[in-house]
Parts: sequence; C-alpha cells; structure tokens
Amino acid sequence: MKCDKCASEATVHEVRIQGGKKVERHLCEKCAREEGFAVQSHVTVPELLGQLIAEQAAAAKSEIGVPTAPIDPTKIQCPTCGTTYGQFRHSGLLGCAVCYEAFEAPLSPLLQRAQEGGTHHTGKVPKRLGGQRAAPPAPAKAPAAASGLEERLRRLETLKKQLNAAVAAEQYEQAASLRDQIRRIESPAQESKG
Amino acid sequence: MPRSRRSSTSRRRACATRSAGSRARPRNRRGNPVSGAFESAFSAAALRRGAPWLRGTGPDSDVVVSSRVRLARNLAGLPFVRKAGREQRDRILSLVRERAMSAGVARCAATGGGGQTERMLWLDIHRCPALERTLLVERHLISKEHAKQGGGGATAATPGQPAPKEAAEAATEAAAASASAGGEPRAVAITLPDEQLSIMVNEEDHLRIQVLRSGMDLDSALDLTDSVDDALEGAGEPAHGADGPGLEYAYSARFGYLTACPTNVGTGLRVSVMLHLPALKLTGEMEKVKRATRDLSLAVRGYYGEGSDAAGDFYQISNQTTLGRTERAILDQFEHQIIPQVIQYERHARRVLVERRRRVIEDQVLRALGVLRHARLLTPEEALTLLSQVRLGIYTGLISNVPAQTVSQLMLLTQPAHLQRLLDREMDQNERREARADLVRQHLAGE
Repeated sequence: MKCDKCASEATVHEVRIQGGKKVERHLCEKCAREEGFAVQSHVTVPELLGQLIAEQAAAAKSEIGVPTAPIDPTKIQCPTCGTTYGQFRHSGLLGCAVCYEAFEAPLSPLLQRAQEGGTHHTGKVPKRLGGQRAAPPAPAKAPAAASGLEERLRRLETLKKQLNAAVAAEQYEQAASLRDQIRRIESPAQESKG
Repeated sequence: MPRSRRSSTSRRRACATRSAGSRARPRNRRGNPVSGAFESAFSAAALRRGAPWLRGTGPDSDVVVSSRVRLARNLAGLPFVRKAGREQRDRILSLVRERAMSAGVARCAATGGGGQTERMLWLDIHRCPALERTLLVERHLISKEHAKQGGGGATAATPGQPAPKEAAEAATEAAAASASAGGEPRAVAITLPDEQLSIMVNEEDHLRIQVLRSGMDLDSALDLTDSVDDALEGAGEPAHGADGPGLEYAYSARFGYLTACPTNVGTGLRVSVMLHLPALKLTGEMEKVKRATRDLSLAVRGYYGEGSDAAGDFYQISNQTTLGRTERAILDQFEHQIIPQVIQYERHARRVLVERRRRVIEDQVLRALGVLRHARLLTPEEALTLLSQVRLGIYTGLISNVPAQTVSQLMLLTQPAHLQRLLDREMDQNERREARADLVRQHLAGE
C-alpha cells in the first residue's frame, strides 16, 4: 500500500472514528514522523534512562527562578540499600523495595514511558492486604469492589466454559479441578470451612 | 490465623527435596557427581519421553509450540538479589524452600489443572554440576542466567559472547566453567513428572514462578501461576493447607509488586508464546510481524532467548507492559487479539507457499529430511534449522510419514546436555556432533 502523502510504501496505518465514520490513513515512515507519529523500535532501559536524564538535565538548566542549584538525579541515593540513581541507570536494576520511593521523581516519567503510559498498579493485590484488585489509579486505599467483582465474574465465565469443554472431552480429572476452582470463587468462605 | 502443621509423612509424600552434598551421589562414567533425585527425575528413559511442554499438542500447535506464564515476586524486608549478601540469599532460599515445598503448594500444583503433578523437586542450583544446570536450561525450567551466574544478579555479563551458530554448545562450556565455583545460593523447585511449574529462587528477583504448557494454553497457565502465588503467600488457609509461614511480598499501593527491574513492576507478569513461523520468514513477512508486535509493546526473541537469533524460525513473543493493566487484561489482549492474528498470518503464508511454490517448498522440506536422515555430523543449530523445515513439511502435508512428536522430541534431545545425559557420558563438541547425527538417524530411520 502506498503512502497517502508520497509514493513510498506505507508502514504506519491509522484508523480513527470521526463523527461516526471510519477514517483511514496510511503513511510511510518518513511522513509518519513528520506527522508526529512515533515510529521507533524497541528501546532498552539504559537507552530510555539516558534520554530521560538528558532531558531532565536540560529542563533543570532552563528553569528560571529556582533558588537552589539543579539536583543531579544520578546522585540521588536510596537510604536503605545505598544504590544511587546513577548505578540504577547503569545496570537497569534497583537494589530494594525502598528504591521505588527514593527514586520516585526521576523514575516516574521513565516508568510511564517504559510501561506505555501505565503509572499505577491496577492488578492483583497480595492476600495479606485484602487480595482485591487495586483501584485505578491506586492512591485510593479502598479496593474497587466493582472491578474485583467484574474480574471474578469474568474468570467464572472462563472457568465454566473450560468445565463444559472438559466434560465434553471426558477429561474428568480436569473437570473436577475446574469445578473446585469455580466453587472457590463462588463461595470462598464455605471452601475455607471445608 | 490458625496454623496446624501437617504430618511429616504427608509432607514427605508431597515433596522430594534434596540438598546437594547432604548425601552420597552416584557418579557417571567420567566421575561427575549426579544427584540421586536428579538421576531419577531426568534419567535417560525420562528424557526419551520428551518434555511435556514440547509434545506438539494443545490448541493451535501447528504454529504455537508452547505457552509460558511467569510472575516475578520479591520478599518484603530483604534487598533484591543483586544487593543481597550471602546470608540474606541463604535466608531467602530457606524461606522460599519452607513454603514452596509445603504440602499446600504441592497440592495446589497437583490440582491446578492440566498437569499430573506427583511431587516437587528442589534443586540447589549453586551446587548442581554443569550438566544438570544446562539440562534444566534446555528444558526451559531455569533461565540461562540462573544457570550461569556465579554471583547472583542476572546482569552478569557473559564474556566472549558466543557466535549464534554455536550458542548452545558454548552455553554448555560456560556453565561448566562456573559450576565448580559453587556461587551464590540459588535454587529451583520443579513439579514432577509434568514439569509444568518451576519456581526459580534468587534469579533477578527472589522468586520467578513460571508455568509452561504445550500449544496455546495461557488461560489455564495463568490460573495455575496465580493459585501457586496465593499458596506461597499462605492465602486462604486452612483451605490451601497450613504448613510453614506464608511469604510476605514486597508490594506498594502505587507500583504493585516491586521487582528488581522496573520493566517487571506492577503485575510482575510476563506471558509468552513460542511460535514456529517458517512461512512468514520464507515469504519475507517476518520483518512486518516484528515491527507490528514491537509497536504493540511486545518483545520478539529467538529460541535461545534474549539476544539470540531466531534459530529454526522459532520466535518467542512476550508482553512488555506490566504496570497499569490487570493480569487478565494483559493476557486477554495477548491471547485473544494479537497472537491469533500472527497465527492466521502464518497459516495463510503456508497455504500461499504450498499453492504457488509447491515444488520449491517440497524440495526444501524433503531435502531437510534427507540431510537429517543421512548426515554424519550435525551442530545443534543445523539440527534445529533442519527440524524446523521438517516441521513445516509435516504441517503443510508435504511430509506424511514423520510424526510431529518425533520432531519436537528431537528439538530437545539434540541439545548438548540432553545428548550427554542420554549417552551417560561427557563429550566434546566434535563427539557431540557425531552423536547428534546418530541419534537423529535412529529416530528418523524407517519412518
């Protein structure tokens, strides 16, 4: 397929719904870049970090009216394990759980880029903390009952489908295990009594 | 929370633990120590049955070789592995061992669907001889980093990076080089005989819980990983069986499960499939697939993992994003939206090849079979490349007298540690090439 703007082969394809109508665009890599589409292959963590730190340093330099000298993010140190942000930048590995708090400022934008915009956990929560789904965004401590319930219902549906398939295929051992899983989800309290 | 100890007999039945060095080990012909537990779990006879995840069965197995789900977890109050001292790593090991080898976890693995778990095997990797470690890598039960590293963290550079052609053979040598050193405490727990679940301890993170399945089977793999994760935590007791204290994970409300590398933080979930895409490679469409999957934040790797070429046109595709989406959402998009498209694309390419270039493809796959049936020397890479061609021939109907399972089995048995274990002796590269060709001829003769 040809690019909408020039004669090159289109590699970026976009479909948008505008006013209820489907609008398609096909662009080559060069035109896509000009149009502001990010066309980039997989970037490694050290590369990402390098870019970010450079950007932050530039931003710090251009900032006016800040009385203190700009902080060099590479010097920030974790109070628990002693890892510096510079060391993390070099290895791509953090030293301990506290590093996440210690480096939160420089780490947050990095995470957002590496995690496709994800900033807050919305998945599983350890059982000792209640075991419900985390609420998106997470700062609210109350678990989102609705999303937990939705997840359970969805899982039940999948398990029930698998159960029917197992029974149809006469795989009774697997069926029994699926039945137990369904029971656990449907009535966790009863299960723990038994 | 009330906790009652299970009887020691029920624990013994559920778990077969072993600490190397604690008992006399049998020796193979060259005098290398082989542990008793390892000996029975991975005997030559057991190896001949192949790896359960490489059976070539399960949904979409014409394209999807295997599915894998992995969770990364760390224990609260202890530094991550790279920063942990020897004592701390010992402590991590004993805490996880106590819990992973409990009846609760074993029962969870046994009832968790799909597999036939009878017992769990615990191996102290830092005390395992090179051959055992490489064998575990070849069976995808531990990572290459877990087998190699002398001092812990998975960042350890590999000096003298091998040329891709000899990657597998060089891995054997590298593992041998660091085997005698002992190294920092690290371990793996494996369910037997199904090998569906393995828990790596002190890899990059304190725990890496992984479930491997043949074909496209991520849903049930996630269910099992999830319930094992709960059982390790001691959740739902006494329903899950109360023995030993549950593990407390490092977790924050904002970032979720905390991991050594921020690319795993949040869910700690990595779902991946190993795809066989020879037709897309032949038709030159592979670059498009790679580009498309990367744009969707997926990683594409070769058969031997990170940094390796796609030997034999086997590609591992996995998610990259672990924060901001639920486990189920990550898996659903991967399993129900993205991968089915790649599968359809490959199937379409196979059809087109057979319809339009039948003679060429026929020539190629039958030549591959011919070489395998007559070669006297084979490198692991060459064997894998030719087996890939034969696999394509089988699934396009161009080869009808070789079972797909034979090909899957040979993919594993032709690897260096498997070969040596089968023949019960250590061999250098040249000896292995000979033995490999002999083995392939035996399996493909008279088919």
